[in-house]
Amino acid sequence: MTLTSLAFYLFASVSVASAFMVIAARNPVYSVLFLILTFFNSAGLFVLLGAEFLALILVVVYVGAVAVLFLFVVMMLDIDFAELNEGFLQYMPIGATVGLILLLELLLVFGASSTLVDKGQLPSATPEGMTNAEALGRVLYTDFIFLFQTAGAVLLVAMIGAIVLTLVKSNNPKRQDIAKQNARTREDGVELVDIKPGEGI
Amino acid sequence: MDSAFFDSYIWPALVVTLHSLAVILALLVSLAFFMLADRKIWAAAQLRKGPTVVGPFGLLQSFADIAKYLFKEIIIPTTANKPVFLLAPFVTMFLALSAWAVIPVNEGWAVADINVGILYIFAISSLGVYGVIMGGWASNSKYPFLGALRSAAQMVSYEVSIGLVIITVLLCVGSLNLTDIVLAQKTVWFAVPLFPMFVVFFVSALAETNRPPFDLPEAESELVSGFMTEYSSTPYVVFMIGELANIVLMCAMMTILFLGGWLPPVDIAPFNWVPGPVWFILKMGFMFFMFAMMKVIVPRYRYDQLMRLGWKVFLPISLIYVVLVAGFLQYFDMAS
Repeated sequence: MTLTSLAFYLFASVSVASAFMVIAARNPVYSVLFLILTFFNSAGLFVLLGAEFLALILVVVYVGAVAVLFLFVVMMLDIDFAELNEGFLQYMPIGATVGLILLLELLLVFGASSTLVDKGQLPSATPEGMTNAEALGRVLYTDFIFLFQTAGAVLLVAMIGAIVLTLVKSNNPKRQDIAKQNARTREDGVELVDIKPGEGI
Repeated sequence: MDSAFFDSYIWPALVVTLHSLAVILALLVSLAFFMLADRKIWAAAQLRKGPTVVGPFGLLQSFADIAKYLFKEIIIPTTANKPVFLLAPFVTMFLALSAWAVIPVNEGWAVADINVGILYIFAISSLGVYGVIMGGWASNSKYPFLGALRSAAQMVSYEVSIGLVIITVLLCVGSLNLTDIVLAQKTVWFAVPLFPMFVVFFVSALAETNRPPFDLPEAESELVSGFMTEYSSTPYVVFMIGELANIVLMCAMMTILFLGGWLPPVDIAPFNWVPGPVWFILKMGFMFFMFAMMKVIVPRYRYDQLMRLGWKVFLPISLIYVVLVAGFLQYFDMAS
């Protein structure tokens, strides 16, 4: 067990430290890079729990897709740090309230789960007789298929909604018609004009 | 320190370390020859001879190149973000090499035969984009930045179709383990029933590794050499090794997913005398040959064509194929 707990403390401490650096770093690109480090270490914690499927999904989805988009946007921003710090006191009360509520909720969850640990009722990450990809699939696609599908439909609606809200309609849209481009031949694209010297077109 | 501690912790750690080192060493040496093969194939297609001077038939050319790069001066632009600039190539190489931990060259020959092997490779290969973005951003200059942005968009787009192709294969196998995936192809390689997916995967792999005809992130006619413009000497060669390792990794992935890994083409006398790893390397070599030929025969895509191919052609095709394969397996009760 010593090696496992050593690994746990390594992953846990690095993820807490890098999570702190996400909000402490002056350069937003560094923030995103530290965020990626946090995701990685959380994935490591999942592996230690025996939930290797969740760990890799975390890496694929959050590190491989979401954080790439963050980095993509943050890299292109031109941020004035002095201006950024001005609003700090103004937004402080809201931020503090949200943080406090989150902390309370975390404490509540922690309290509840620790009583469950005492009673030995905590669900296992590695059920008997199946891999945890299979176990997750069974829960999502067999036991709670309708709830899962509903969640999917809600996400789809939200996605389409976001597109509809941000779509800017222009009066003169320039659209590409691939079939038209491919159907273009040399005959209608090129015209050979025979110009006599000294006359021009 | 008692012997139980040694037996249960130190010894396994030592074995895994040596095993990994052996894999990395073999991989790096073979990469040198893959690089040479790439240049030779390119040269042959253009009726040239390629490298011939260093060693017999130019076999040692790559080693000479690497030595040259390593002994050059490292130049870092003054406005570059130094830590990220130097971190980027190592991220690329580290990720490309670490994926090889789970590749089984023969039955039971992987460093770690983990349950979710294919997901691990997918996760690692989807991280390859960070090296490129970090390198492009940290260079703090126009062309590398444009190259990095192009690359980020391109790799994220083609990952989607790669993911769906992997899902079709997984539906036929019923396991995420790489060894199981190969063993499921005993009767017929997946390249035959899933041929359209094989083609989609091949083209997506070209785009994912920024190979021609999708090498827009480093398009030399527009962006000098894209995200690598400011790199020189050792960081440059590390970048190159990482990229090449990624390409060879994609070849290995195609071998495992579609060409039956270490299995012989047909399980009869002269074929099954040949040991598995030889088959694996032959198949990988074939895929690499295809990669190299693509560079020779296909002109570079335009960026809008690239995006259209990824999102409007490959994504629907692979999505429909997932549904079709799932329906087929369910209807004929073949799902495992």
